[in-house]
Amino acid sequence: MNNTTPPPSPTRRRLLMATPLVLAGATGVAFWRMLSGMSHGSFDPHDIHAPVLNKPVPDFALPDQPPSQGFGAADLRALRTPVLVNYFASWCIPCVAEMPTLNTLKAQVPIWGIAYKDKPEHALGFVERAGNPYARIAADRDGLAAIDWGVSGVPETFLIGPGGIIRWHSASPITEELIRTTILPLVNRLKQ
Amino acid sequence: MNPELGNFALALACGIAAGQAILPLIGAQRRDPRLMALAPALAVGQMLCLITSFACLIHAAITNDFSVQNVAANSAVDKPLLYKITGVWGNHEGSVLLWAMILSICGGAVALFGRNLPSALQARVIAVLGGVAAGFELFCLLTSNPFARVWPAPMDGQGMNPLLQDPGLAFHPPILYTGYVGFAVPFAFAIAALMEGRVDAAWGRWVRPWAVAAWCFLTCGIALGSWWSYYVLGWGGYWFWDPVENASLIPWLTGTALVHSAIVVEKREGLKIWTVLLAIGTFSFSLSGTFLVRSGILNSVHAFANDPARGIFILGLLALVIGGSLLLFAMRAPQLTTGGLFAPVSREGLLVLNNILLCSICAVVLTGTMYPPFMSLLFGKTISVGKPFFDATTIPLAIPLMAFMGFGPMMPWKRAHMWPVLRRLWWAAALALVALVIAVVRMRDILPILATALAVWVIASSATDIVERLRLFRQPLSASLLRARSLPRAVFGAALAHAGVGVTVLGLAGMSQASHRIVEVHIGQTEMLAGDAWTLTDVRNAKGPNYDAMIATIEVRHNGRLVTTLHPAKRTFASQHQTTTEVAIHTNLISDTYGVLGDKHGTDANPTYVLRLHHNPLAPWMWLGGLVMAIGGALSLSDRRMRVGAPRRAHAANMVTPA
Repeated sequence: MNNTTPPPSPTRRRLLMATPLVLAGATGVAFWRMLSGMSHGSFDPHDIHAPVLNKPVPDFALPDQPPSQGFGAADLRALRTPVLVNYFASWCIPCVAEMPTLNTLKAQVPIWGIAYKDKPEHALGFVERAGNPYARIAADRDGLAAIDWGVSGVPETFLIGPGGIIRWHSASPITEELIRTTILPLVNRLKQ
Repeated sequence: MNPELGNFALALACGIAAGQAILPLIGAQRRDPRLMALAPALAVGQMLCLITSFACLIHAAITNDFSVQNVAANSAVDKPLLYKITGVWGNHEGSVLLWAMILSICGGAVALFGRNLPSALQARVIAVLGGVAAGFELFCLLTSNPFARVWPAPMDGQGMNPLLQDPGLAFHPPILYTGYVGFAVPFAFAIAALMEGRVDAAWGRWVRPWAVAAWCFLTCGIALGSWWSYYVLGWGGYWFWDPVENASLIPWLTGTALVHSAIVVEKREGLKIWTVLLAIGTFSFSLSGTFLVRSGILNSVHAFANDPARGIFILGLLALVIGGSLLLFAMRAPQLTTGGLFAPVSREGLLVLNNILLCSICAVVLTGTMYPPFMSLLFGKTISVGKPFFDATTIPLAIPLMAFMGFGPMMPWKRAHMWPVLRRLWWAAALALVALVIAVVRMRDILPILATALAVWVIASSATDIVERLRLFRQPLSASLLRARSLPRAVFGAALAHAGVGVTVLGLAGMSQASHRIVEVHIGQTEMLAGDAWTLTDVRNAKGPNYDAMIATIEVRHNGRLVTTLHPAKRTFASQHQTTTEVAIHTNLISDTYGVLGDKHGTDANPTYVLRLHHNPLAPWMWLGGLVMAIGGALSLSDRRMRVGAPRRAHAANMVTPA
């Protein structure tokens, strides 16, 4: 385009002009493979959570979120009893609704919170107003750890078994019914 | 009866489009004036057929003809009339028909307004448009027929997604689609030019108004979509880097580059091959964006009901249109002559820089959008790419873009010196510096501060451009007014469009300083946010035409004086088992007061309500800037130079004969 340099040789010129075609072709083939994968069920772009279940927690180490102490993968892997990891944010309305339920649950299983993309002072105010159900709270300010966890939104909750294995996961708020039918039975089994 | 007529008109349009794609091309090749003269007639015929077809679908929706499957699935007896009409394009089948109709209107426009074009070029342009139209009409007929019947017809329809029941969204798709589809015309011009093996200044002049018109619509469409998500979704956000949003941003970026590079073709006969590629690329991105979103490949909240069979058809069509045009480009472009020498420091040089930066932003957005499905395909990893990536990559590219934007219009063509330009812009620079100081004092974070200063710089330098050209303040006002009358409107249009960018960026910078709170309150309780006292005074229940509503009354006071009374609401649509939030927004153009009503907690005797309170400084400016940009584009379209006095084609001697 800039003609201060001498024009490239005809062959190079031809190759250059063919690059858009090659790129578009490669993209087209990839799309075709995705589409055929979708119809066979081998490719699902909407599947977000399969990788984390029954696997060790991803590597992460997060700083403290006042009023509690932060934690990382090493802390979870060192555990001998199950613990619930709950992603929350002060800006999330379902999280507000979930707090009373978590407060009733904390007597049965310790809950560790991770504040997702939240300002420390906002998260602190939120936790204090809600009556703090968390034993420990870490701050995931840029949301990068959440990507490794496969978090799609808040609130999202993971049940971590002994040795730091993710045993169960819910992308919706915790309800009394979920506690009764799923969480407590699982926790009791994992404690044995 | 009417749906059959609509179906017939659609099939007829498809047939006409096929003829429109073939006959004029043969005519242009053989220089047969009778076959070439068919082109405008066929284009107008196809347009009339599709308008008839679309009218039939609207008629079916208005008259509650639930034997039409599309109406049964998306409409209902109790739906308000406006949404019965707009609901026609709120679903996959109807929106494909709308898409095809707009494409046929583009063809009709080239037939009616393009009479000063050489007949061979006009015939080829219309033929290319016909070919694209035939493909998509076939897609509509075979895989997404909006006129398909259902028997026995249900007594009532299922109703539409309540989120779409909104006046902003009602007009968003037609405007956005006009933008997307409008780029088909520059695309057709590019293909026609490649077929002829000739791109010259005249081509640049002909193609530019179409690109500018499409760009105006696309700008409005994106702004309207962003505004819709701001006040309907109730998250206080305006842009989510969702694949669907990116699908509209990518062609906007290349389209903006096209609008600028076409100036160089017209004025200096430079950047010809690049402009042709941009014209092809912009429409290719428009096509891929609108249709891949429907195939379900991109993980988006907006995705339509997807069906892999449909996806395969679309992909084949895209391969034909995009692959075919890029193949033609690869074959013909190396033979196009290059021309227009210029020094790096010149108007051309800055326009090249503009193109490089815009295309880099486009590449970054494209990468971020396509990365998750490609990672999943190649490595089986699921990854999501979000705001942090896009912010970190696009902003550093946007900053130099805005810095150079101020210089561009003041630069002489061919060879320039920085010093005289800088000297004329000193007061714009001074204003930007003042803005920088104010921003440092009043705002937090470095990027918004920088963006504020640059936005002021862009607005001030656009104003400087006009002031300088009018010699305002340097000669009597009457003489300046006289100059204003002779100054081409395109100059004012460009300055206005650039200022619009500044306004939008100011809005974005303001929004980065937004604050919000989520509170759970009793009736009568007061909460503070950004110096305002918010009091929930009342919550009542009401009944709408097809929903039940819970409406809150919030009084907002500043220093004890009542600023506004907000009525945010929550609507429950029984027929879809869905609730929507109706955000209440009060704006004074400096900031938005934005309230959302959440869930009701507690007992009926002592209820509490979750409220979400937002203070959004300069929020309306984001969309206002988009409107200003579009008005700037429209103003330059009204320039006489864009329409009449089209230059003669370059002499045949310096043209390359196609192989």
